[in-house]
Amino acid sequence: MSEKLTEESLLITKGRFSNVVNKIELEDFEINLLLQAVLFRYGYDFHHYARASITRRINNCMRKTGLSNISEMIAKILHDVDFFELFLKEMSVTVTEMFRDPEVFNTLRQQVFTQLKTYSRVNIWHAGCATGEEVYSVAIMLKEEGLLSRCQIYATDFNNHSLTIAEKAIYPAEKMAEFTHNYILSGGKASFADYYQAKHQHAKMHSSLKEHITFANHNLMKDQSFAKMHLIICRNVLIYFDQVLQNQVLKVFQQSLLHRGYLLLGDKESLDFSDQSKNFLCIAKKQKIYQKINYD
Amino acid sequence: MIEQMTTHQTKKEGYTALVIGVSAGGLAALELFLPQLPKLFSLAIIVLQHRGQNSVKSIEDNDEDFLVDYFKARCTMPVLEATMGDKIKTGHIYIAPVQYHLLIEQQQTFSFSLEPPVNYARPSIDVLFESASHCYKNQLIGLILTGASSDGSQGLKMIKLNGGLTIVQEPSTAEASFMPTAAIASHKVDYILPLKDISTFLINFTLKDQGDD
Ligand SMILES: C[S@@+](CC[C@H](N)C(=O)[O-])C[C@H]1O[C@@H](n2cnc3c(N)ncnc32)[C@H](O)[C@@H]1O
Repeated sequence: MSEKLTEESLLITKGRFSNVVNKIELEDFEINLLLQAVLFRYGYDFHHYARASITRRINNCMRKTGLSNISEMIAKILHDVDFFELFLKEMSVTVTEMFRDPEVFNTLRQQVFTQLKTYSRVNIWHAGCATGEEVYSVAIMLKEEGLLSRCQIYATDFNNHSLTIAEKAIYPAEKMAEFTHNYILSGGKASFADYYQAKHQHAKMHSSLKEHITFANHNLMKDQSFAKMHLIICRNVLIYFDQVLQNQVLKVFQQSLLHRGYLLLGDKESLDFSDQSKNFLCIAKKQKIYQKINYD
Repeated sequence: MIEQMTTHQTKKEGYTALVIGVSAGGLAALELFLPQLPKLFSLAIIVLQHRGQNSVKSIEDNDEDFLVDYFKARCTMPVLEATMGDKIKTGHIYIAPVQYHLLIEQQQTFSFSLEPPVNYARPSIDVLFESASHCYKNQLIGLILTGASSDGSQGLKMIKLNGGLTIVQEPSTAEASFMPTAAIASHKVDYILPLKDISTFLINFTLKDQGDD
């Protein structure tokens, strides 16, 4: 079937340098070099990101920045620190919303928060918080359950640009209708409008929600555990990692959790194929809520 | 002239996977042809059916397992929802879940992404087809059925460029002809077939493909 490879998919050189190279292979080769350059220059190891989606994002980044091939990007990465900032931003998928999957928040409230009430101080780590919508959702629920005042929430991401937005807590007013809808479905007990102030096109989340949140840069590729947690929320981050990095990150979570601490993952994520499955009990399969069971 | 064979020129092993992109009118179209495929069909089939308002959650989407259950009850081939890290096996039908882009990794496993909708769709057929083509190269068959979107055209073209086989439902037999028409306009597709002939074609084609090594 090899003869079916069409001309357009191949780079064919004739004469002295005759060779046939498949464009896909050339791109793979360049991406490998790019990832090596990023690792060498900045210590960020993207080799263990799911390759298909990072390839998409690298190509998007290339088009957005007006470069004509990935090799050009390698030079930029090596010599232009500002470009790397932009690259990092492009590598992170920041799409998020408040109370995404409302039934997850409902279950969290009913099965986990009721347990957290037995502690006098509660530490929560929100890893990969992006622009913060999910963190504020959790803070709202904690407040309604009378828990917020005893909580310390660490909200982390490796994308500084997103963290700045998260800290500002200002979102487009047009999103509030959808967020309100999600809030109600998630079992919200008050009126969502009480939690923000709308001004022009913007909605600013109430500052009382922020008092117990610390935003910080934390890179799951290389940074370690930093405190003991009662609950870790990490949704829609592991989907971007390969099995090796997933296992590595889950180990950090396992080490960070107190005995009987909780772990909440995203809709498409699970511990099923991970090294950590033996250390956790699944307490809500559909909602992806796990509880740590083994001492270590 | 020294013709250096590069590693990509996989020796002939036949086709291993079939990706199907379908939108409006898809349920009826799929129902006409997926159940016809025999239990020991030699390809892995990955079906992406646009649902609801694509990216936005809608009522139908609430029952996420609906399509899987629906075809499980009707097909002789095993039907599963595509899950992260799942090794894609021939002889199985995988259904793309809602809300996330579905991609195929080099190791023939599934991965997901929450990137914004592409062609107003998430999951997007282009995203799936492009990653599938990257993985399976000339061992991939791409099929576009009925739909009122231009999603899939670019992906199908990519499959063709990488040596795969492309098939489009004859637009006049489609409930919504826009998507097949757009796919046909994107490149010279290999086969344009009426819906009712697609299953027979695939069965005969895969048998022949395995036969002549
Ligand atoms: C799709 S968002 C998830 C947002 C939110 N948790 C949700 O589910 O709506 C993925 C986030 O993971 C972050 N991320 C990706 N790789 C990371 C890493 N190595 N360390 C920390 N955060 C990372 C991205 O920057 C991005 O903000």
